[in-house]
Amino acid sequence: MNMRFYRTTMKEEGNSANRPSNTAFTQQRLPAWQPMLSAGVVIPGFLLIGLAFIGIGVGLLITSRSIQVLELDYTGTETSSPCYQCTMSNQSNCVCKLSFSIGTLFKGPVFFYYGLTNYFQNQRKYGVSKDFNQLIGDVSYFKSPSSDCQPYQRVNGKPIVPCGAIANSMFNDTFKLYQIINGKEELVPFDGKGIAWWTDYNIKYRNPDYTPLKNAFNDTEKPVFWTKPAYELDTSDASNNGFINQDFLVWMRRAALPNFRKLYRRITEGNYKDGLPAGNYSLEISYNYPVISFEGTKKVTFSNVSWMGGQNEFLGIAYLVIGSMCVVMSVVMLIVYAKFRFPEED
Amino acid sequence: MHSLKLPFHIHRERLPRKRIVGPSFAEDEDLKKVLKSYQSNKIRTTKYSFLSFLPKNLFEQLHRIANIYFIFLAALNFVPVVEAFQPEVSLVPIVLVLSVTAIKDVFEDFRRFHSDRLVNRQLCDLYSSAQKDYVDCCWKDVRVGDFVRLSCNEIIPADMVLLYSSDPRGVCYIETANLDGETNLKQRQVVGFAPQSDSQFSPENFHSRIECENPNNDLNRFRGFIEHASGVRVGLHSSNVLLRSCTIRNTETVIGIVVYAGHETKAMMNNSGPRYKRSLLERRLNRDILWCVALLIVMCLIAAVGHGLWLKNLKDPIFQVDGEMSPALAAFYVFWTMIIVLQVLIPISLYVSIEIVKLGQIYFIHNDLDMYNEEQDSRIQCRALNITEDLGQIQYVFSDKTGTLTENKMVFRRCSIFGVEYPHEENARRLAVYEEDPNRGASRTVTLKSACSRKSLTCRSLSCNRSSVSLHTLTAESGEEDQLSSHPQAKTDVVPDPALEKKLNSLCSSLLHLSDGLFKTTSNLELTYITDFFLALTICNTVVVSSPGQPRHVVSGPARTPLKSLEEIKVMFQRLSFSPFTTMSTPQMKSSPRSFTSRLFIRGKSGSLTFPTPTNNSPSCPNPEPESYEETNGSSGEDSEDELLYEAESPDEAALVHAARAYHCTLRARSPENLLVELPGIGSLPVRLLHVLPFDSNRKRMSVVVRHPLTGELVVYTKGADSVIMDLAERPKGRKAPSAELYSHIREQTQKHLDAYAREGLRTLCIAKKVLEEEEYDVWMKRQLLAESSIENREELLLESAQRLETNLTLLGSTGIVDRLQEEVPETIEALQRAGIKVWVLTGDKQETAINIANACKLLRSSDQLLTANCDNKDACAALLNELIVEVQCGQEGVSEQREDPSSGSTGFILAIDGRTLDWALQEDLRSSFLELSRKCKAVLCCRSTPLQKSKVVQLVRDHLRVMTLAVGDGANDVSMIQVADVGIGISGQEGMQAVMSSDFAIPRFHHLRKLLLVHGHWCYHRLANMILYFFYKNVMYVNLLFWYQFFCGFSGSVMINSWVLILFNLLFTSVPPLIYGVLDQDTAADALEEHPELYQAVYVPSIFWITILDAFYQSCICFFIPYFALAGSDVDGLSFGSPINTSALFIILLHQVIESHTLTWIHALVLFLSAASYFAFVLLFSTFCIVCSHPTNLLGVEPRQLSTPLFYVICAVTTVTALIPRIFFRSLFNTVHPSALLTKDQRQEAASESYRRRMQRWNQNHARTGLPVCADNPGLVPGQEEVLS
Repeated sequence: MNMRFYRTTMKEEGNSANRPSNTAFTQQRLPAWQPMLSAGVVIPGFLLIGLAFIGIGVGLLITSRSIQVLELDYTGTETSSPCYQCTMSNQSNCVCKLSFSIGTLFKGPVFFYYGLTNYFQNQRKYGVSKDFNQLIGDVSYFKSPSSDCQPYQRVNGKPIVPCGAIANSMFNDTFKLYQIINGKEELVPFDGKGIAWWTDYNIKYRNPDYTPLKNAFNDTEKPVFWTKPAYELDTSDASNNGFINQDFLVWMRRAALPNFRKLYRRITEGNYKDGLPAGNYSLEISYNYPVISFEGTKKVTFSNVSWMGGQNEFLGIAYLVIGSMCVVMSVVMLIVYAKFRFPEED
Repeated sequence: MHSLKLPFHIHRERLPRKRIVGPSFAEDEDLKKVLKSYQSNKIRTTKYSFLSFLPKNLFEQLHRIANIYFIFLAALNFVPVVEAFQPEVSLVPIVLVLSVTAIKDVFEDFRRFHSDRLVNRQLCDLYSSAQKDYVDCCWKDVRVGDFVRLSCNEIIPADMVLLYSSDPRGVCYIETANLDGETNLKQRQVVGFAPQSDSQFSPENFHSRIECENPNNDLNRFRGFIEHASGVRVGLHSSNVLLRSCTIRNTETVIGIVVYAGHETKAMMNNSGPRYKRSLLERRLNRDILWCVALLIVMCLIAAVGHGLWLKNLKDPIFQVDGEMSPALAAFYVFWTMIIVLQVLIPISLYVSIEIVKLGQIYFIHNDLDMYNEEQDSRIQCRALNITEDLGQIQYVFSDKTGTLTENKMVFRRCSIFGVEYPHEENARRLAVYEEDPNRGASRTVTLKSACSRKSLTCRSLSCNRSSVSLHTLTAESGEEDQLSSHPQAKTDVVPDPALEKKLNSLCSSLLHLSDGLFKTTSNLELTYITDFFLALTICNTVVVSSPGQPRHVVSGPARTPLKSLEEIKVMFQRLSFSPFTTMSTPQMKSSPRSFTSRLFIRGKSGSLTFPTPTNNSPSCPNPEPESYEETNGSSGEDSEDELLYEAESPDEAALVHAARAYHCTLRARSPENLLVELPGIGSLPVRLLHVLPFDSNRKRMSVVVRHPLTGELVVYTKGADSVIMDLAERPKGRKAPSAELYSHIREQTQKHLDAYAREGLRTLCIAKKVLEEEEYDVWMKRQLLAESSIENREELLLESAQRLETNLTLLGSTGIVDRLQEEVPETIEALQRAGIKVWVLTGDKQETAINIANACKLLRSSDQLLTANCDNKDACAALLNELIVEVQCGQEGVSEQREDPSSGSTGFILAIDGRTLDWALQEDLRSSFLELSRKCKAVLCCRSTPLQKSKVVQLVRDHLRVMTLAVGDGANDVSMIQVADVGIGISGQEGMQAVMSSDFAIPRFHHLRKLLLVHGHWCYHRLANMILYFFYKNVMYVNLLFWYQFFCGFSGSVMINSWVLILFNLLFTSVPPLIYGVLDQDTAADALEEHPELYQAVYVPSIFWITILDAFYQSCICFFIPYFALAGSDVDGLSFGSPINTSALFIILLHQVIESHTLTWIHALVLFLSAASYFAFVLLFSTFCIVCSHPTNLLGVEPRQLSTPLFYVICAVTTVTALIPRIFFRSLFNTVHPSALLTKDQRQEAASESYRRRMQRWNQNHARTGLPVCADNPGLVPGQEEVLS
């Protein structure tokens, strides 16, 4: 690219009232850089970008390949599935067990996700359907929830807390992971702390300032799909109860796309600090959440993470493709340039 | 042709209803009531008052369809079932747009308010009946019927009828510069009302009633009468009226009664403010917006249908909110929701942005130093604010000739009297030398300094002298003085032709020395012709004489004593008037000249002008030797004479008076009824001026009726266009053979000379006279008075009356006046033609003159073929047109065959068509062939065209060829053309401001057109066109991101971007860079554009819009799907998903701008940086501090978290690069394959101009050898006649 500077021509000033002022600005002669897109500029530019992208792409691919992922579908649509019987009738507290084995060490920390497909958490009306003020712990909104929550605003004349479709449809399958060591089941400890966003846990969601928490919920109903009220989500840990329950927070942060996974637990403790060792495992699922009606699926995912998040081949490939395209383009430009012999303005 | 003003009626007059005015302190209650009903003198040009602003401004803004659309959208968002954002979010855009516009309006209105207040608070002397005296009073308190006293140099506060002037002759001088820009003084006359003109005027004694027409905007017309208490009615006309905002000059005190005040004054009614035109681009823009609307509807329909299908296929999902709603209804609601969500697709801020950008462009045009004229101290005026980009698409330029291409500064060149040509060789030489000067001198522009336009009027004391220069003293500016001193006389002065001078001198010498040999060679008849000719030159005009040395404007200076032999001369003239072909007239005057003089003055009504009794008896007849003029000139006796200042309404008048003066026929003084004329060898003579029939463009002539100072006969002197005068001049029929022969010989000779003058490029005028019988005059006089005093159709009556008088004229001779080309006119025309603009010249001049000028300004080259079209009837015209078309076709084929020499490509056809033929050609059935012919021609000259024809031609071309037209002119006769054209340009030159006032842009000189069109026009067009494209691109690109998301959220209308960010993205974060781009971008440097006018013709293909839209689609796809695939299946939440998309979009949109920009200055850099910074600042602040706001797209915690994730940057980088790479690639590929148009053109052009210069040199040499007359205008560029017509 060529730099071009204009010089203002100075004329002697007369005593003329109407004479426009002779400045670089008013005469439109400001020093200007002219981004002429010529071959001479673009060839090295493309080459440089291309090479850089290929480099990044290789790095991304390697990183992505190094991530281990284990996905297990437990929807139970197929008869062979251990959870098949849970889909049959509307029996409550159906428990099914999923067995799997890991060949090599699954490096820690291992993240344990549950995943749903064909689930539109990003639907507009669904997304609107909650009451911020309730969730920030404002008790006055417990009595009269926002109309946004319709049709999950009231039940039997009583206000629902937390109201709205998002809270109402909270994912309620629970999981327990056992490693089978010598035929015996050993519980793999799950770490449920800090799986939600810091801002959600500390700022956006607050429990009302009541002790016991239950008192704040007088004259309110629990969401219709819920089996227990909000103040009983985790009675063992006050800092994980009510609206600041981690699972609740994770659920309330709506997924961007209809096929998503959400963090359920992390495996960071005890013998499993360095990951899941090779061996046989059994996942005990308390199967509650209905997805078959809308042709959705449920799955669990074990994954470890890198600096770029979970496993993703796409980005690495994209970088490689774009990078090599840039290189190809610069070669094309070079050929064209040689053919037309564009005189470079110097 | 003549350049006097003519009234141009913009509005056909309405039914004449009358207004009655009387003294405001009259007891008459009815009159008082009537007077009260008239508007006061307070002016208010503001649109709004403090209270009315909000409703009125809102109401006005709501008239725009775009605003209504956005209000509809805002309202839609308040409907709960379809609402997409929180209601207040969707109010933001419309409120922002409305308030920006409102602020702009307030600002403009405040400026108007401020200037109104200044004007309203000016003081003037108003007569108060209570105090019986004049008291100071604000302008705004002046009412109709008030008496206002004004002193010298005061500005007139309202339109008034002049009742009293301190001038003993009852005249007053005003300068109308504020009104129409004319700086010459105009004379106004006290209403002729008998009783008390001598005594001091007292309003108390005024009991007359004025009846006049209702307010109108015609500056040159005032019709009415004043009815005195006695019942006598005296007609009023425009010379009795002092118009608001003119300035009193050269008169101590005047008193007038206000007839129109405030907004009803002519000045205010003419002040229409800036013009609003819709530019072509804006019209195209509306079409593109309609496409966007269509696109929006399609996208919303897709979403609606998609949502309906999606809902239908869902079977009772747990995330369903209201399952009862039928899919069809839900789809219907979604349609409207999507309209709200995707509203950004219609660029809401585009209209406001365009307005702002145009203001910026106007600012830069207005401030361009290259379009500043030092001599006039004037710069370009932009009167229309919204058609800047039309300047960049002009295809046809229609130009006036006089004053536009030429200077309109006339210098007498040569004349022919009695059929004898006086070539004035010396004069020609001097003019030529003068013309050459600038090339030797330091600066080229110095020669063109117009002293006339820069004269400053100053008043010393009450006596009101005009201390500065006037037309005849084109003062040399500092650097030029040395050169000028070598010339014997000032520039406008004329070097007399020796032969003519000899003959003229023989007039006096023959009387002094009757035996002189000269007398024998010059017949008495010829001598009377010559005398009459110069007398006509001296008196047949409206020139105002003033002298800086005298307190009064009229010079009553040392009158030359009439000779002792005056009696003899008189006898000679009387004897000569018995000439066989002039009508016999009995000598009316038996008394001595002195008693004749006194009798004249007694008859004069004012009677106040008394010329000092001649005391000096020494004859001042110039030495009969031809060389003597130089000595005489140097002698002290001439000094006082040199100080005479002539103020003429048109430059050719002044030129003729100066010419006469060179022959010692000097106009020494003028009063309304008398002229003091000095004749060589006779001395000062008073001439009784009976009538002036002023110039108008229909008659194309003016006449004066005088009593001849020597013979005492009533004589009509007429001066006018040769075609008219030649027709009016009597034909020698049925008369005695020898005189008829002589007369037809004179006619023939004169016609021959006229043709030669015209070929030489001179402006020709004919001078004729007629001797009136007393009875004849009396009859005519009655009709004339009747016409003058009538209110209705006065113009027609006056015209008819004048035509009755101007018949059977005797042709005296003709004059040729040089009108120099303005500087750089040939270069400008050449540049315009190279830019692909066709230049037509529409002139009232003769065909020969027009062709010559065309030659001089390179419109017509030696290689071009000239086609002339002069027909007498329609059939001939039709045949001729067809014939010419065939000829042109043959010619063009011939040219295209021998195309091997690139420089011969300039061969073209020039059509010269005269007014009469043009009339036929403009008729319905011949139009198409005329257009076809003219389209094939390189240029067209329309000669002898009337103002109406000019506008018709422009209209025809504009409407039928569907091209962008520009009309440029300087005079009132160009007004209609200027108004009809898409872009009207006025030259703010010599001829008043009417053209300027009706124009869109006013430039000081013609050559400014070059930069205005080629540089500013080109820039403005490219800037605006690109900015608009960019706006569409930006909106389509951004909105599509939301559209793609609909495919993944069940078409439910949800968004992954915070709604505030969504709305403000277009309004704030990315709105300023395009504005800067639209104001500052320079696709090509100014000097390159000027050097290579071909660059002007960059054509815009309509497909560029669709290419842009396609690119926007591509970019939005990349910008959405790369993050999509990168994040699909992960635990990303909605807003975190939107964050990299939005950030990439910001970068893509800003960098796209950088790619599109041709220049980047620090301003660009700063604005780009601030735009990006404002986005990040906003989202970061929003996601830190906004806890419960903007549900459901609450950003809390999103952005800081994203910005700390490496993945975010990885995604943004690849997205931005991928989105922009195709554009960069194709751009650079294009630049490489089509190496900058500029460079190749450069080389081609160099060769062409080189060969042209060589050709011109060769040609010049040839012509120098053949010794053809070389035009002083443009030495070396005027080919001989045979060449032109070949």
